[in-house]
Amino acid sequence: MFKWLEKNLPKIVMAPAVGLIGWFVYGFVLWTLYISFTNSKILPKYELWGFGQYEKLWASRKWLISVDNLLVFTALFLIFCIVIGIILAIFLDQKIRAEGVLRTIYLYPMALSFIVTGTAWKWILNPTLGIQKMFVDWGFENFTFDWLVNREMAIYTIVIAGVWQSAGFVMALFLAGLRSVEDEIVKAAKIDGAGLFTVYWKILLPMMRPVFFTSFVILVHISIKSYDLIVALTQGGPGISTTMPALYMTQTAFHKSQVGLSAASAMMMFMAVAAVIIPYLYSELRRENAR
Amino acid sequence: MQDNIKSSSYQQLEQKSKYTNIFLRWFLYFVLILFASYFIFPLYVMIVTSLKTMEEIRQGTLLSWPSGLNFDSWAVAWGGRGYGAGDTFLRPYFWNSIKMVVPAVLFSTFIGAMAGYVLTKWRFKGDKWVFLFLLFGCFIPYQAILLPMARTLGVLGISNSVIGLVLVHTVYGIPFTTLFFRNFYVSIPTELVKAARIDGAGFFKIFFKILLPISAPIIVVTIIWQFTQIWNDFLFGSTFSFGEAAPIQVALNNMVLSSTSVKEYNVDMASAIIAGIPTLIVYVLAGKYFIRGLTSGAVKG
Repeated sequence: MFKWLEKNLPKIVMAPAVGLIGWFVYGFVLWTLYISFTNSKILPKYELWGFGQYEKLWASRKWLISVDNLLVFTALFLIFCIVIGIILAIFLDQKIRAEGVLRTIYLYPMALSFIVTGTAWKWILNPTLGIQKMFVDWGFENFTFDWLVNREMAIYTIVIAGVWQSAGFVMALFLAGLRSVEDEIVKAAKIDGAGLFTVYWKILLPMMRPVFFTSFVILVHISIKSYDLIVALTQGGPGISTTMPALYMTQTAFHKSQVGLSAASAMMMFMAVAAVIIPYLYSELRRENAR
Repeated sequence: MQDNIKSSSYQQLEQKSKYTNIFLRWFLYFVLILFASYFIFPLYVMIVTSLKTMEEIRQGTLLSWPSGLNFDSWAVAWGGRGYGAGDTFLRPYFWNSIKMVVPAVLFSTFIGAMAGYVLTKWRFKGDKWVFLFLLFGCFIPYQAILLPMARTLGVLGISNSVIGLVLVHTVYGIPFTTLFFRNFYVSIPTELVKAARIDGAGFFKIFFKILLPISAPIIVVTIIWQFTQIWNDFLFGSTFSFGEAAPIQVALNNMVLSSTSVKEYNVDMASAIIAGIPTLIVYVLAGKYFIRGLTSGAVKG
């Protein structure tokens, strides 16, 4: 008995982690999957109902708007975060004075919650006393900036705040990547007469392929899950013009008590994330095995 | 003579490239500072707004300097106005968050350390798959577990309580803490452990005598990461708690959204700063570890 215990001690110690994740992650996802195939309203029902909830979901105007918003947001969020992140990383890589201070400034939004920063942006972007008033007071009397309360433009305020929060993170990833390149490569290129621009464009950036990949995966993952920022900034409004899938899911589940339908929307989100993450984990694991 | 001409034109060339270099340098700093002001702008606005009176806010602009150090709205945000019903302020929720964060960080860090230790130093068949199994938990959209979690907390009788949130944050922190410790221990030579095993040291003795003393950096990284994540969480807090058990982010959001009276932006900003200050302090003091967590949380391996 004691021998057995001693021999299996590592596995016993490992058991809580595996058990908790098995139950609370995999078990729960399977439960949600099952419920998405039932006609559950306020309380879960366990008779199978087929794909009814998914049909309802994709016929729902609100869901279609959510998906549309997600696509627009993800595209802009990705482009701006990566472009700004790369520019900042390359510029910071030029033996800049006060690099540490600048880096700290670019990254501090990552330490704050989306609720805190959303509250700040909401105040800045509000048309009565915020940025609009600032420009009017400065003498630009016809200046209007009402994106926050404008159905067409509200989604872009979420992009502004989202990029502000996450661009520094991309900068950190690229800076770490650039610093890990050996000096010899750059020196050799310079001796061959390559200018700084060529060195980055032709040599260093192509070497950053894994960093691009990682940033892409992480940013897409953040954007599919975005919830807090929207709650803090627009609550999905004006109207439903800035809803996104994560907000749709919680509203359907906890305000409208459409448990089956919300489970279906959760599974759509799950599949979207899995489609990005599984290839990523697979390639990371292969890279590690190759080492 | 000819040599002279040559060298002077060369000098001209050099002079020219020196000027472009200076120009480029200025451009570089200009862009960097421009971005820095974009990043610092909201923080600046938050701080100055929180120090103004509503009168000053209506008269001035976002950027205008407050007339003095006026901490009234901070006091209101933290401790309320002192009239009973409907007076919401952050103090009790701040303590809720502390009561939630401390145990959740400790539990998840401990479980992750153990898991990381076993996965690297007591390897077994299929351990890679077990790691992958845990790792996937870092990435799932939590919407896929909200419904069953709400029911489970109800069944356990801990919905709408700090204890319930401790459980939730401990569980969903394990994938991250395991990742951190596993990646740290994988780089420590296994020979150390093997030698200790031959000397007859057991499972726990090896952990506490050999690994734990050198684990300080990764423990700091993990604690900072978990602290920031849990303190800043809104989804779990707002789904599984309301009213008195709510953590600070939920309380902040409720305060800002409540439309009972005239909007008091100075109190809103003071509240936001109070809710953000613990993680901001940690970031400023231990930025190096924060960034390490951030990048290794993303770039595995």
